[in-house]
Amino acid sequence: MGQLRWRGSILGPRFFVYLSTLVLLLILPLLLSPFNLILLEYGLALALVGLGFNLLLRYTGLLSFGHGAYFATGAYTVAMVGRYIPELYSLEMLLPLSVLFSFIVSFVFGFICVRHTRIFFAILTLSLSMLVFALLFKLYHITGGSDGLYIPIPSVFGMVFNRRPDFLSGFFYYFLVFVFVVGFLFMKAVVNSPFGKALQAIRDNEIRAELVGIRVKRYRLYAFVISGIFTGVGGALWSFVNGHVTPEVAHWFFSGEIVYMVLLGGFANFEGPIIGAIVFTFLKLYAMSFTEYWMFIIGITLIILVLLLPTGIAGGIYRLITEIRKGKTLSGI
Amino acid sequence: MQWFIYVLNGLYFTAFIFLISLGLNIILGVMGILNLAHGSLYAIGAFMAAWVIITLSGLKGVPVPLLYISLISGALLAGFVGLIIERVLIRPMYGRALEYQLLITFGALLLFEDLIKLVWGGEAYYASQPFDILGKIQILGNAYPLYFLLVILVTLIVGSAVWVFITKTKMGIMLRALSLDREMATALGLEIDKLSTIAFVLGAALAGLAGSLIAPTTPVLLGFGMEPLILAFIVVVIGGLGSLKGAFIGSVIVGQIRSIGIVVFPEIELAILFLIAAVILVVKPEGLFGR
Repeated sequence: MGQLRWRGSILGPRFFVYLSTLVLLLILPLLLSPFNLILLEYGLALALVGLGFNLLLRYTGLLSFGHGAYFATGAYTVAMVGRYIPELYSLEMLLPLSVLFSFIVSFVFGFICVRHTRIFFAILTLSLSMLVFALLFKLYHITGGSDGLYIPIPSVFGMVFNRRPDFLSGFFYYFLVFVFVVGFLFMKAVVNSPFGKALQAIRDNEIRAELVGIRVKRYRLYAFVISGIFTGVGGALWSFVNGHVTPEVAHWFFSGEIVYMVLLGGFANFEGPIIGAIVFTFLKLYAMSFTEYWMFIIGITLIILVLLLPTGIAGGIYRLITEIRKGKTLSGI
Repeated sequence: MQWFIYVLNGLYFTAFIFLISLGLNIILGVMGILNLAHGSLYAIGAFMAAWVIITLSGLKGVPVPLLYISLISGALLAGFVGLIIERVLIRPMYGRALEYQLLITFGALLLFEDLIKLVWGGEAYYASQPFDILGKIQILGNAYPLYFLLVILVTLIVGSAVWVFITKTKMGIMLRALSLDREMATALGLEIDKLSTIAFVLGAALAGLAGSLIAPTTPVLLGFGMEPLILAFIVVVIGGLGSLKGAFIGSVIVGQIRSIGIVVFPEIELAILFLIAAVILVVKPEGLFGR
């Protein structure tokens, strides 16, 4: 049965939406202005973060308010390698390194955090990310302090790029799409695997899951680490686009933005965080260029969203589709 | 006798952290909501008090005691803003999932950051008159600002009053019942809505009071509420969720470490605090006085 459903979903309408989105992503550099393309790159990097974040929120039932810590780990891995071991500063080295370091940090933090759930988990992740923030901020002779660190353009398998705009709108964009697609497929596989189902069982009823023989804390830790690595890779990719990284990304304020964008997209759906990340990037930048009171706009949007559209954009779309289908069958009768 | 000054400074830090985390903890305990906008309420209190003090000292013939009484204005405004937040934003959130409750207060935080900028402008407020007037006194051969002692004293009084209110009065007992078992409290016919409003307004006013007390000692800037909020989080983590005793002990620990840390290891002072919080959590996951 499971196999049948799996095959069914692969050839369903969802598959064609994915495929056309991919085609769209590949031809977008021809359509978008360089400025908007870079915004899209920010969005795609954050989409990876959102996917990782949602593995915890949607599938494990844990709300992290400190994902900025792993984001910062990825971004600062890049920055520190660039500053201290420039001979390693190439894309094919940096990405595995950011995976490694975000693995270490999220493993240690996760070990402490998964003993708790609900609000305590949120406070705990928040506090630990502020620990990272405090270290990045105060140890300025190592980390550059509040000025942050410059992110040079990386070389790729010996290829050297001189101008950042060319790098970003050329090779890097396609690389980013590639990593995004790989991450997307990987996460899709994770949530549909027995492991993913076990996580959802834990989310729905911890005690029952434990009685069935699921090792709750260990599985939570696995989910935490996968989530952290996705976030770290997202941070690393983001840092190349941004060209600069400051401790702000480890601040809980930034973690709050991650929560916000996932909710904006709709955390109840697998695709929601991706939509949310991209929409949030554009929303924030256009709000910032529109008025100095952009936080007001973001805050009001957030409040309206929570009060009126708690399922986010993706939830709204899904509801719309259901309505249309219902309408069709009704008129068919 | 230098250590004595550190201890006094520690007490002063303790005082203002205690006021903030007490409010945060009351809201958390009674309503089960972590108020991320708590720092904004603190900032609103600080801006209001600073603005009133500056306005008053600009006038002629204002008696000095009025300057000190005007410090209450911050607590009043913060309490009022808290009332609005609770009515408009928090009330629809009861029974909603945790992420929505957190996000709505996060939204309020963003909103108030900009509202503060809109109302009081982007510049810093210097309202040091109450601090300057009191001057310094000699304690064991060290000059120490009398105003800091006043803050400690006010906190002691307010803290005791809140403690009496929570433990001895009927209203306080109802609040504690609500925090212990919401369902049972509802079944007993307690007015949940009214009690929640009281808890939130009380918590907000305490944050505002902390802000107004601090206003004369430091320039009041935008983003003023961020750091105290983080300190209050640490206190809550160390002391335990919703525990008044925990809030007090946690504040003492955080206050003293800060006071020593600023002198001895300024670079990693905040990190040390987080490390201590993490260690306590590994050893005693519910916090020192959590349940």
